[in-house]
Amino acid sequence: MSTERERDDERRSNRTGTFGDYGGQYVPEALMPALQELEDAYERYVLENEDGFMDEFRERMRDFGGRPTPLQRADRLSERYDREIYLKREDLVHGGAHKLNNALGQVLLAKYMGKERIIAETGAGQHGTATAMAAAHLDMPCEIYMGRTDVNRQRPNVYRMRMNGAEVNPVEAGSGTLKEAINETMRDWATTVERTHYVIGSVVGPHPFPQMVRDFQAVIGDEIRDQIQEKAGRLPDSVVACAGGGSNTMGTFHAFVPDCANPRFADGSSGDGPREQVDLYAVEAGGSSLEIDESEGVAPNSATLSTGTDGVLHGAMTKLLQSTDGQIMESHSVSAGLDYAGVGPELSHLVETGRVTPASVDDEDALNGFHRLSRLEGIIPALESSHALGYLEKHTDELGDLVVVNVSGRGDKDLETVLEETEKRDLEAAPDVEVFDQ
Amino acid sequence: MSEYDSDIEAAIREDHPALITYITAGDPSLEDTKAYVEALDRGGSDLIELGLPFSEPIAEGQTIQAAINRALAAGTTPEGFFELVDDLETEAPLLVMTYYNMILQYGVSEAPRASDSDAASPRNEPDVRPFVERAAEAGLSGIIVPDLPAEEAEPLRAACDDHGLDLVFIIAPTTEGERLETIMSHVSGFAYVQARLGTTGARANVSGATHDSLARLSEYDVPKAVGFGVSEGDHAAEIIEAGADGVIVGSALVEIIADADTPEAAVDRLEAKARELKRGARRGADSITVDPEDTPEPEQP
Ligand SMILES: Cc1ncc(COP(=O)(O)O)c(C=O)c1O
Repeated sequence: MSTERERDDERRSNRTGTFGDYGGQYVPEALMPALQELEDAYERYVLENEDGFMDEFRERMRDFGGRPTPLQRADRLSERYDREIYLKREDLVHGGAHKLNNALGQVLLAKYMGKERIIAETGAGQHGTATAMAAAHLDMPCEIYMGRTDVNRQRPNVYRMRMNGAEVNPVEAGSGTLKEAINETMRDWATTVERTHYVIGSVVGPHPFPQMVRDFQAVIGDEIRDQIQEKAGRLPDSVVACAGGGSNTMGTFHAFVPDCANPRFADGSSGDGPREQVDLYAVEAGGSSLEIDESEGVAPNSATLSTGTDGVLHGAMTKLLQSTDGQIMESHSVSAGLDYAGVGPELSHLVETGRVTPASVDDEDALNGFHRLSRLEGIIPALESSHALGYLEKHTDELGDLVVVNVSGRGDKDLETVLEETEKRDLEAAPDVEVFDQ
Repeated sequence: MSEYDSDIEAAIREDHPALITYITAGDPSLEDTKAYVEALDRGGSDLIELGLPFSEPIAEGQTIQAAINRALAAGTTPEGFFELVDDLETEAPLLVMTYYNMILQYGVSEAPRASDSDAASPRNEPDVRPFVERAAEAGLSGIIVPDLPAEEAEPLRAACDDHGLDLVFIIAPTTEGERLETIMSHVSGFAYVQARLGTTGARANVSGATHDSLARLSEYDVPKAVGFGVSEGDHAAEIIEAGADGVIVGSALVEIIADADTPEAAVDRLEAKARELKRGARRGADSITVDPEDTPEPEQP
């Protein structure tokens, strides 16, 4: 028995691109050489800065992308919750979301690799928009796959992608959301892999994507670390971010993962003795309910970290919303960018080992979060980010005296959805929306 | 190659050139699938692949994706699939084609769901053995998993070895050099040669990539069967002539099922299509072995 266990452990540690039991490369054979090529390019250009890749990336993120983004003290939220609340303003990145950090990194990498064509999938349209912008900026042809439901609920982003010269291909299959868009992009990639780079939009997919996307997004947490020490003189007690695939979550958390009383994480990274404890909260979409209707194959939520089980989807072993037979569920969220039945493998691992606390906020609390931040701070957040703000409201007491919330994007893209959803409900934080109908 | 006697390899070598057919189990129902498989068997299939439907078939084109959707809508489950295989008595050995998550989840106990969220959910370790054991018990001879590259296949390979099942790997047009060698060292049953980049789906002609792939594999003494896009007797002839030991046909058969007005009509057409394909394959083999004096210029790979 124990030898089998040992063999299993040995095998796991030898697998490529894993985080504990999660990760790996589960893709059709035709894509494997491309993943190896990408892994090689990632190691050389991103990790070793060959040909000055990272220098060029950082310069473009500064001049084209608008980095660094501010870490802003939210005065009225601080007053409301009687503690220090800081907002990381990723909504101020060019394009309106953190997604550009990754999209620009990958499109630039594709260029260094000599690829001729960019494809991407998108849920909320933010990643598609960021990819289209990066492709226009770097003069690469670009095609975006987007589920039909998402095309309908995120129209401003569809226009933006097309204005930046990208083709948008609506995907009719299934419930027409992110999962179907990823399937279709993988099919395109399997056909055109020799000249095309697939810019995956989150810390999901086969190795090296989860690790590489995290590295492009890690700038968020690196900046927070410096900025909070300058402003508050210490590290935060907790950091809160919303999780769809988990890219803004991992980008925000990465710098703080070692800040933990758990000796498993405390050693290695700095060698400067015990570190302050920073609690990390990944907030998913609770949708309308956390219950799952297995017979219908639907989850009225996208709370993968809280309710999912282990399996393989879109190239990685991770937590999934699935039936006991292994069929993937249709997920749901009022916010398109969180509406996904999977999640990044590293985030699954950090949840499994207790470093990250999984949480969820339902549609209604997210909508309240949206209205509250708009009213109190003059910042209209993305519906995705509104989940993090909903969590702040509901669980303030657990978060300590100094809290950072990542505002992953701005909410202009969501106005139609918000008006429609607000009309259906009696929301405590909402203004009277009827006036908009005149 | 495997240590045990492979039914699959034997079938391909003995019935050379081989016809390998695919349909999706449960499309439009498991009872119909039984009749369809028997028709393919009568029509001269030397090996039959049965798809166990998975909701996210990323290696499949539209035709098979639609079949999978029909099968899932009809309520096809892994247990239903295995019961069908229990019942089937075909001359051709049977393989299951499915995605890795279906194999991992088979036999996993009911997971605790969100409703009991205050109880810390115990781990729900995926394990491939229950699936392989059940597949062996049902009499399947092999497994193909399009989203499981050789790098990740060790656990499934070990389980298949223990139960005498072949684990078939796909060789893509992009598979070359060291990767090709590694995969070929894992191959059991036959090498599934992907005729072209992309997904499954019937095409009007045979891709040049087929010839290149077969040329790259020529030094390996392993049966090679070509699939992805094959739909007609003439394609089969061309592929066998190019050096393959078998042809694999899926989407063209699934289209027959989708288009037929009645299950009986589908049965007749499937049997006839299998005969056409098998005849085409034989024609291809004959043109390799005819008197050298009448042979046209050999095909340039
Ligand atoms: C503003 C914003 N935040 C968050 C997300 C969720 O993605 P991730 O979890 O990868 O950050 C999206 C996805 O589109 C988004 O647009």
